[in-house]
Amino acid sequence: MPTEVLMPALSPTMEEGTLAKWLVKEGDTVASGDIMAEIETDKATMEFEAVDEGVIGKILVAEGTEGVRVNTPIAVLLEEGESADDLSAPAPAAAQESDASAAAPAQAATKPAAPEAPTPDSSPDWPEGTPMKRMTVREALNSAMAEEMRRDDTVFVMGEEVAEYQGAYKITQNLLEEFGAKRVIDTPITEHGFAGIGVGASWGGLRPIVEFMTWNFGMQAIDQIINSAAKTLYMSGGQMGSPIVFRGPNGAAARVGAQHSQDYAAWYAHIPGLKVAQPWSAADAKGLLKSAIRDPNPVIFLENEILYGKSFDVPDLEDFTIPFGKARIARSGEDVTIVSFGIGMTYAMEAAEKLAEDGISAEVVDLRSLRPLDHDTVIASVMKTNRCVTVEEGWPVASIGNHISATLMQKAFDYLDAPVINCTGKDVPMPYAANLEKLALTSTAEVIEAVHQVTYR
Amino acid sequence: MAARKTTRKPNVSGDELQKYYREMLLIRRFEEKAGQLYGMGLIGGFCHLYIGQEAVVVGLEAAAKEGDKRITTYRDHGHMLACGMDPNGVMAELTGREGGYSRGKGGSMHMFSRDKDFYGGHGIVGANVPLGAGLAFADKYKGNDNVTFTYFGDGAANQGQVYETFNMSALWTLPVVFVIENNQYAMGTSQQRSTSSPDIYHRGAAFGIPGEAVDGMDVLAVKAAGEKAVAHCRSGKGPYILEVMTYRYRGHSMSDPAKYRTREEVQKMRDEKDAIEHVRDLILQGKHATEDALKAIDKEIKETVNDAAEFAKTSPEPAIEELWTDIYVDA
Repeated sequence: MPTEVLMPALSPTMEEGTLAKWLVKEGDTVASGDIMAEIETDKATMEFEAVDEGVIGKILVAEGTEGVRVNTPIAVLLEEGESADDLSAPAPAAAQESDASAAAPAQAATKPAAPEAPTPDSSPDWPEGTPMKRMTVREALNSAMAEEMRRDDTVFVMGEEVAEYQGAYKITQNLLEEFGAKRVIDTPITEHGFAGIGVGASWGGLRPIVEFMTWNFGMQAIDQIINSAAKTLYMSGGQMGSPIVFRGPNGAAARVGAQHSQDYAAWYAHIPGLKVAQPWSAADAKGLLKSAIRDPNPVIFLENEILYGKSFDVPDLEDFTIPFGKARIARSGEDVTIVSFGIGMTYAMEAAEKLAEDGISAEVVDLRSLRPLDHDTVIASVMKTNRCVTVEEGWPVASIGNHISATLMQKAFDYLDAPVINCTGKDVPMPYAANLEKLALTSTAEVIEAVHQVTYR
Repeated sequence: MAARKTTRKPNVSGDELQKYYREMLLIRRFEEKAGQLYGMGLIGGFCHLYIGQEAVVVGLEAAAKEGDKRITTYRDHGHMLACGMDPNGVMAELTGREGGYSRGKGGSMHMFSRDKDFYGGHGIVGANVPLGAGLAFADKYKGNDNVTFTYFGDGAANQGQVYETFNMSALWTLPVVFVIENNQYAMGTSQQRSTSSPDIYHRGAAFGIPGEAVDGMDVLAVKAAGEKAVAHCRSGKGPYILEVMTYRYRGHSMSDPAKYRTREEVQKMRDEKDAIEHVRDLILQGKHATEDALKAIDKEIKETVNDAAEFAKTSPEPAIEELWTDIYVDA
């Protein structure tokens, strides 16, 4: 049977083109790979090669013709033994409609907000009456890793100075002694490379904990985190998850300048496929890190240098975890909801304390994890207090606070008695000078001022 | 193109030659068909064909054993067919259908098969190199003797993370064969215009990684070099670099205006160095099979490829619900 040669699509966006020049004529024999014509697309003039072998029976579109639609027959190819005389005028096939256009856009509009209070999971994180012990965030993170490494020998930790130096911030202290150099691995200073090796190792059946000395250096590795770790499960149709934890100190420390002082909460919370935790208390740091190590997905674990030395009560249990996506009411209140996470909680709690002295009762919600984010707890609290202030150290544009404000507008609009205020870091690179650095961060005073604004008192 | 070093040809049986002939021809015919389906609008986006480079993966797969892994960049259809993935599943992924290896959610550049130890299919040039070393790291950690073939091009060889990986692979003696498929053009930029020193296989020297160049149009030479590299890695000596000198007949992707090289250059390679013709000649000259027997193989491959195209055209598009699946593994 004669084969129709169709106008080819020669670029991802081409819908029509110009048949610039024929390089074969009727009666010519062509083999696979022979150049048959030159076609002008929106991008360039390209050579069009034969796929099948045969004899050019008829040329249907003359050279120089513009606006030839993709898939229009442009020539007829004859096989051995066929003659051009056998050809009846072929009816040009109608341009093929894309099947995709038939498919309705999925998940079009979400339903209008139903003003019903959600029922957040408010179960206690550990049983009533559990004995507690005082522990720094540093000790909590260290014990979380040690416990998980004892539990599962596929867990290992790699990063700069994690082994012999005992960790630049001592989070991996004593791990080398207990687990040996096979499982506690000093890397060269090469974040992009070792982040990629970590992701590959997670595909090979291990559970890496990749420590970035700070998340600022993790920016060198962001392609591996997003393109390799976060997206591969989806791109592989569910075959290849990346059970890996990337962790390290995040955000401003003290007097280290712009390149070492950035909060990545909003950056990573943006990415589907990642889970993101940013704990404040030592108990949450421990429970969330243990969950992160056990999680079959890539987890971004954002710690904070200033919090490392702070002490909190931690349940004295052999094993406990804190789930992702469950916020904690750190302080109950009636008049306003302050939503924060990580070191922002320091300002939120201080502000709540001082506001109480002025007779304003603030409820403080510690998000703990940013993806998944516990919207229900925030919404339920705002439905009760009707006012909301968010607190974070990151920059204001496209911040976590922005996301929460938008969610409250959609889901609790009628319950808001004032616009939501986002307390954030200022929209500037971090200055070095002590006075300017202080101004660039948010503060307890700013949170108090914001609460006065939303409560009109 | 002249390979700077060619390993001596080993003795080879007629059966083995026919196996290579069949495997290389499958890749070529498959890619020709993919090009055709692209032209018909059935395959979208980017589509990078492997035509011309078939001897590289077929030769190296001949040096692999069960348990070995492979990972490559975006010119990946040949690698998938060579490691035994189903042509139907590969073609259906190209058309974005439910029957594809990633159920239509990956496309030409992002395909994987856990079963065949094929770890992609990566669209970011150079990113698969540390990933491959990570797979090798896992095997070493577990204490087995598997090797990971980490393929990348002469273009990717200029990425910084490649050298970060060379360093750590050598430092930690990871069992990884770095296969640099040097087809002479990084997209449209010739190696001469992009690379200060042409011998890429020398670039491991700074890290103590042995390397050699191989004639990538000769499947037997590739296999022999592959066996040597694999033996090095399996014995615990760490990584090995093979720079395989090859040539791509088609454009970088389907939308390649082909202005950076002459038609004569391409034609000369096809006429004088074609890997499939080379094996065909060896089979016929050695009287291992008749022309008719080879024609029968051709016909069989054509049917396999036509079946794959038919499957890829008729497999349904993924269900709408698939938009929302495979973002997280249930914890």
